[in-house]
This record gives sequence, structure tokens and C-alpha cells, in this order.
Amino acid sequence: MHMTANDVAYNGKVEGDVIITRADAVINWIRKHSVWPMPMGLACCAIELMASAASRYDISRFGMEVMRFSPRQSDCMIVAGTVTYKMAEVVRRIYDQMGDPKWVVAMGACASTGGMYRSYAVMQGVDNIVPVDVYVSGCPPRPEALLDAMMKLQDKIGSEPSVRNLRKTDTVATG
Amino acid sequence: MIDEDFKKSLLKEHSYLVQRDSVDWFTVECPSKDLVSFCKSMRDNQGFELLIDLTAIDHGEGEECRFSTVMHLYSLVHRGYVRLHSLCTDNDKPFMPSISEIYPAANWHERETFDMFGIHFTNHPNLKRILMWDEYPYFPLRKEFPLAGIDTPLPADDVVEVTQASVEPAPMMGGPFVSASSGPISDSEPRAKDESWTERKEKPL
Repeated sequence: MHMTANDVAYNGKVEGDVIITRADAVINWIRKHSVWPMPMGLACCAIELMASAASRYDISRFGMEVMRFSPRQSDCMIVAGTVTYKMAEVVRRIYDQMGDPKWVVAMGACASTGGMYRSYAVMQGVDNIVPVDVYVSGCPPRPEALLDAMMKLQDKIGSEPSVRNLRKTDTVATG
Repeated sequence: MIDEDFKKSLLKEHSYLVQRDSVDWFTVECPSKDLVSFCKSMRDNQGFELLIDLTAIDHGEGEECRFSTVMHLYSLVHRGYVRLHSLCTDNDKPFMPSISEIYPAANWHERETFDMFGIHFTNHPNLKRILMWDEYPYFPLRKEFPLAGIDTPLPADDVVEVTQASVEPAPMMGGPFVSASSGPISDSEPRAKDESWTERKEKPL
């Protein structure tokens, strides 16, 4: 039988209806191409987050255009903006309401470290209350930077031991 | 125009007013006990229908009169501002009559002033904190309060239990960070004025 380079991955004539792979690979492949963000827009970074979703930068190329304002339907919380101590409780509660598996992106200087707000009112990094997977520098970061971070997150999701995580009984993530 | 005639007639009509030096707008000192009636008269008789701003000043501990409130009234008829300055008579528990009945815009301004300075506005319909959370024990814009903040528990006990997070003083790292007001814009991002010290490296004597 004649084979071309396109046939290397899967060829129905050769393999029939059976695909052999690892569960981790399938699960991670599905997860990383449908990361539904929870837009935790707290300041001006949220404007860049909106720009990332709009046509010019188009986050839907990565399967992330489904911004859900309900934490129940979200996979990845994008903390875009300044987390004040008063808001920290709300951020944590929304994170707790998200179903596992879930990831957090700290978008911009404020969410990552408090940024220029060295003050009594601002939490010095959202990683004080939720576990952060990817930090994005910038004040605010350009949409390209956010897309790059989301691709980094996809890489991270792709390398997770998902089956082992499913078996874990203790799924409570702490900050 | 806020002209000399207007200023003279206003000072004559309200004998308790004292004019203060000011580089821009007409500024008067009004005793707190006359504040409400004066504001009512300004709104109804003089055409000052807009309250633009209401805030306070902490003159510092040890001052004879530590706190005062400042209001800016604007008149669409006169096309100008009148600045109103009132001293709080009590330094330990400063208070001021609320003018939110006269200018509804004052409602949130007075809550903010209470939140930041701890000045109680008597007869305010809903005097509670507006920026910080209700249990917050300090008044952040008072002189003795450090910009970095003071150790305080977070308001939510269950979140604290899971995260062990609390309100901690922010690392000032030689700050506060301020923008240069002149020079090229590429050099004007906020930065510490004195970068020779941080929390880890002592400030040189």
C-alpha cells in the first residue's frame, strides 16, 4: 500500500476503527483545546483581555473564546487586574466554585505581585490566595503576551498526569 | 463669575464666615455648626447647585485642630467654585454635620471621608465604610498610618483557614513609587525616589 506523510498519524484503511493511545494524551488533548476562561477582570488588564477575545487577536483560535461569567462552567481563571484585600475573598470564593480541573493565570503586574500598588489596600500577588499556573508580565500585557501565556498553559496542561490526578482523593488545591 | 461684589455680599450676609487666603477659588471658613444652614442657603439662594467634591485634611497629630473638611461647590449661574473649609472641633472623635440632605452627592463622599479619616458625619443616612471592609480597624489616610499598611486579618475566616493569607505591610522597596512629572515619557514610569535602600538592605544613615 502506498503511504504518504499525511498517513503517519492515522490511516483508517490500515488501522480500522481502532486508535491506540494513552489516556493522558487524549484527556489532555481535549482539555487543552477547550480551556474556557473565567474572566476575573478587576482593572485595566481586563480591557486587554477583551482585546484578546476580539477579532484582531482572536483567542478563539485556541478554543478559549468561551468566556464564562459563571465559575461553574469555567476551567481557567484569568485574574486580570489589581486584587485588593477586599476583593481577595471574592476571588478565592469564585475559584472555589470552579469545577476541577482548574487553572489560574495571573495577568499583569498587579495580579502577579501587586505591581505599582505598594499600599495598604492591595494584595501583593494573587498567589497569596489561589495557586497560579502562569504569570504574565506587563502593565498591562499586550494581547500577544496573554496568548503566549495561554499557550504556555496549554503546554502545561498537555504534560499533566491527568489519570493519576483523577485517582487522587485529595483534590483540594491550596494557595 | 465669582466677583468681588458677590464675595462681599456673601461675607456680609453670613457673618460667621471668614475668608481664607487662596490662590485660585474663593475660599471661606465656615464653623461646623453653621454648615448645614449655609449650604442650604448656597443651594437655594445663591445658585450653587452642584457639590463637586467633599474630602478632609489631617493636619497632623498635636495640631490644635487636627481635622477639617473641604467642600467644593459649583454654580452653573456664576460659573465658578466656592471652596468651603470647616474645622472639626473634636480631635479624638471628629464629627461634622452631614450635608447629604442638601446635596445627595455628598452621601458617598462622606462615607469615603469617614472611611479614610474617621470623621463621623452626624445625621448621615448610611454612614459605613465604602472602600475598606466594615471590620477594618484603621483610617488609612490619617497621618500616623503608614502607606505600606498594618498587619490585619483578612475579613473572611474560611478563606484565611485555607490560604493562611492576611493583610501584610506591602514591601516599599525604597518607595513610594512616583512618576516623574517632566522628562521623556520613557523615563516617567513610577519608581522609587531613593533606590539606595530596600527592605533587605538598610536605609543608609
